[in-house]
Amino acid sequence: MNAHLKMDKPDNRNRLDNMAQGLIHTGMDRPEGPLKVTGTATYAHEDHQPGMLHGVLVRATIARGTLDSIDAAAIEKLPGIRKVMHGDKFLRNPAQGTANEAPVQGSSEIYYLGQPVALVVAETFEQARHGAQSLELQVTAKSAVTSPDSDDAKVETPDDQQSSMGDLDAAMKDAAYTVEETYTTPGHTSAPMEPHAAIAWWEDDKLILRSTSQMVKYNVNEVADSVGISADDVHLMSPYVGGGFGSKLGISPDAVAAALAARELGAPVSVAMSRQQVFESTMRRSETVQHFRLAADKDGKLTGIGHRARVSQLPDESFSEPVTQATPFLYRGENREIGMEIVRINSTCAGSVRAPGEAVGITALEIAMDELAVKTGIDPVELRKRNIPEKDPSDGRDFSSHTLAAALDDGAETFGWKDRTSGQTDGEWLIGYGMSSAVRVNMIGESHARVTLNPDGTVLIETDMTDIGTGTYAILTQIAGEMLGVSQDRIETRLGDSNLPKSAGSGGSWGASSAGSSVFLACEKLRQEIAKKLGCDEADLTLRDGTATAANKQTPLSDLVGGSPMESTGVIEPGKTMKEVRQATFGAFFCEVGVNRVTGETRLRRMHGSFAAGRILNAKTARSQCLGGMTFGIGMALTEELIHDARDGHIVNRDLGEYHIPVNADVPQLTVNFLEERDPYANPMQSKGIGELGICGAAACILNAIHDATGVRVRDLPATMDKVLPGLPDL
Amino acid sequence: MKPFDYIRAEDTGHATSAAGQGATIIAGGTNLLDLMKLEVLQPDALIDINRLDLKQITEADGGLRIGALVTNSDLAADMRVRTDYPVLSEALLAGASGQLRNKATTAGNLLQRTRCYYFYDTAMPCNKREPGTGCQAMEGATRLHAILGGSDQCIATHPSDMAVAMRALAAVVEIEAANGETRHVPLSDFYLLPGDTPHIENVLRKGDLITAVILPAAPKGAQTYRKVRDRASYAFAMVSVAARIEMDGDTVKDAALAFGGIAPQPWRDADAENALIGKPATKETFNAVADILLKNADPKKDNAFKVPLARRTLIATLNELCGKDVA
Repeated sequence: MNAHLKMDKPDNRNRLDNMAQGLIHTGMDRPEGPLKVTGTATYAHEDHQPGMLHGVLVRATIARGTLDSIDAAAIEKLPGIRKVMHGDKFLRNPAQGTANEAPVQGSSEIYYLGQPVALVVAETFEQARHGAQSLELQVTAKSAVTSPDSDDAKVETPDDQQSSMGDLDAAMKDAAYTVEETYTTPGHTSAPMEPHAAIAWWEDDKLILRSTSQMVKYNVNEVADSVGISADDVHLMSPYVGGGFGSKLGISPDAVAAALAARELGAPVSVAMSRQQVFESTMRRSETVQHFRLAADKDGKLTGIGHRARVSQLPDESFSEPVTQATPFLYRGENREIGMEIVRINSTCAGSVRAPGEAVGITALEIAMDELAVKTGIDPVELRKRNIPEKDPSDGRDFSSHTLAAALDDGAETFGWKDRTSGQTDGEWLIGYGMSSAVRVNMIGESHARVTLNPDGTVLIETDMTDIGTGTYAILTQIAGEMLGVSQDRIETRLGDSNLPKSAGSGGSWGASSAGSSVFLACEKLRQEIAKKLGCDEADLTLRDGTATAANKQTPLSDLVGGSPMESTGVIEPGKTMKEVRQATFGAFFCEVGVNRVTGETRLRRMHGSFAAGRILNAKTARSQCLGGMTFGIGMALTEELIHDARDGHIVNRDLGEYHIPVNADVPQLTVNFLEERDPYANPMQSKGIGELGICGAAACILNAIHDATGVRVRDLPATMDKVLPGLPDL
Repeated sequence: MKPFDYIRAEDTGHATSAAGQGATIIAGGTNLLDLMKLEVLQPDALIDINRLDLKQITEADGGLRIGALVTNSDLAADMRVRTDYPVLSEALLAGASGQLRNKATTAGNLLQRTRCYYFYDTAMPCNKREPGTGCQAMEGATRLHAILGGSDQCIATHPSDMAVAMRALAAVVEIEAANGETRHVPLSDFYLLPGDTPHIENVLRKGDLITAVILPAAPKGAQTYRKVRDRASYAFAMVSVAARIEMDGDTVKDAALAFGGIAPQPWRDADAENALIGKPATKETFNAVADILLKNADPKKDNAFKVPLARRTLIATLNELCGKDVA
């Protein structure tokens, strides 16, 4: 009993609005919350197995070269050490999101400082760690390119990442106002609370892997291909994930190392990364250099946009930070030049970190727009509203829905934007106000889920979808509860197990809509079956609190199901609506900062975001996603920066003591509004991704407020005190 | 972490004796354990002093005697400290996090190690960690590093906030040696500049145990601790100033100024203080003090901002304590 929908046409039925349970959209608590706060939800490295050994990865200490030999014998003499391993199957790089095959492997060629090159396995974690720290590597260094600014760095300009329309040079020449500036953002790390870890064991020829994964369906294939076995022989479990932020989209070196060691030693093996290893051996977001050209007429209407971005990446990797992803469609302007350059360097693999693309690209664009607002003397909100295009300017497609103007108005109203007065002070603090737009592309991925209605009226939801702290357990429970009229306490949701139906996984803000739609479709099918049993039209069926009502007759669900469970698998697939219209989520940020006139320290005083992302499935978890995104924005604006040593490319500040994510004291009152929206092109729930929107442009809002407070325009993020200080008045 | 022996000290004599035989003393362990896990430090044995009776704050000679094991939280909250030595309480609360302050001790705080990135990375040369291997910071990332008091061997900073306040308060360190003798070393003489021996950070000898820090009688005048940092909490100082000013009308009668985040030790400059004492509290005076303080500043590219930052922070602090309009 299957339901399959390819999203080829819009779905305007808004079915979830016509259900009776009243569970969807509420701020329902996470069903797994009590397990998490009592420490009884087992994360990957907590599922200890009898006889388990511990492996610790060893890092390369040069940027480029060969590993000629390792002194394994000396280490294997230490107490408790069972094996020192390296070889062709060990991962050099983590896998990129949706890679679906092995990433670059092999420990003999060193491509970056921090690359895992060996594994030390011992009876205890402490023995393994000491062994790993004591292992002597014999290496031969080769010449390396260790900085994107290096003269011998190779610059690639992929044809498919360059586009141009009209004549931007002429538009710049003819414009009443122009902005031409370069903005730079540093590298970022994902910094999930749970470091990357895996426990592997083998049952006959089958690999069992407890891992911390965002995308189980892809990760199974990546592990199988890396280890050299069939995907059918991999059972991967990742029921709880302590944050991913992109760093767990693909498998990381710990998973394959654990699998290989467990096979070699015939015992379960755990491999957990230290915080320093998470920094060095999982994904970094590339630093960016972004050159913007904006041309505007006398009314502030854009006639041209130029955006050229440079990012860095290891050789052999196809991913590059998609910096310009949303530039083509956010604002109008008929003359355009948009392009990407990629510099090949020997430094930690660049990959997806927290809204790849828009997080940094829209931030730079929104600072440039603020510069244009200052030049034209037009209010920054009004300037943006004047530049909202009717259709996607790059290809003439319609928008599935367009909510930027509404978000700008709602945000401005909520924040009190019109009431702000410039030039205020609070003791030493110079007060400033800033705003920026938010935008993120929207998409879904093929996703399967099975929903079972049991004879006792309880419901079981099963999919390999993950909950990376985002609220998947909650929203899938709510979708099924709403569709089937079952209260949340009678619904069980099982996730993160490769034996379950394959989902899109968590990433790119597509998880909730993709996995959610598959559950929706399965439930819709079950409704049809129930209607059949009652002899009514499904549209006339009301399901609520375990009771079916049709034609004024009430029947308990448990009576309808009969002796054996009713089961349905729902499958959603992206279709024409993803290509025929431009789908995106929009929002607007507003904030107030204080900049210390003595020291240049910036402290955010308050911040508001108004967002539209189609139907909001759970008001609480969606809000939390936006709070998290805005918090990333605070870090990006003020503190977060991967410091690389230009001499060897390595990440210097590789712990949370010196890589400054915002702490509680940096995060003031944040408020979030959601705009009522249904996007029929998105999926049958009319919902869109909310996971990343809150970061896309958020930092610009703060940078613009610093300018308002001080007149200092920081174009090199983050806006640490040293960059503000030179523009402050003498004491 | 290298395997090590663990000994629990029965009394101070036991502790100094074990330390004399090479054991490393552990109190709160908030820094030592991190360094051991990274194998930056690899002691063969730890002598745990946490059960010793060194947890009292008592009045002594008109001042306070702070036991070595008094936690940073307890010291910051002590009413005598809050009333008579507010600069110390403020400095303590500006450091670390509540959880760390609950565990970290007075003596341990004095002895915490630099946060230089390269000191923490055993793959990198470091004269402080492995004498003679070189300094990777010198041409590397130096945001955390010293602009005063460094050498061509090492430019690492001392990370403590507490010690900066204690330096301004002219604290004295009480030390019990392995032979049972007790000696008192003013904090001004306790730390050593890196010179050619950056691995030797203070005057403690093998077997020495810090048993207390003694604060002289409460000084006159106003005190404050100002810390400038990259985020609002849990970040080390880019620049900090511990200041005490006693005014006589518009003239500065007495002053003490200590600085953190800019030098290998809590920094105090007698010439700078002398340029303030007996002078009118004016912008010119304050600038002259800053000129003297910073005349030997030798910054790198990443930390050059600390020169104007230290000047501005000092002037703002002096304005505040001298009752000038801060805004």
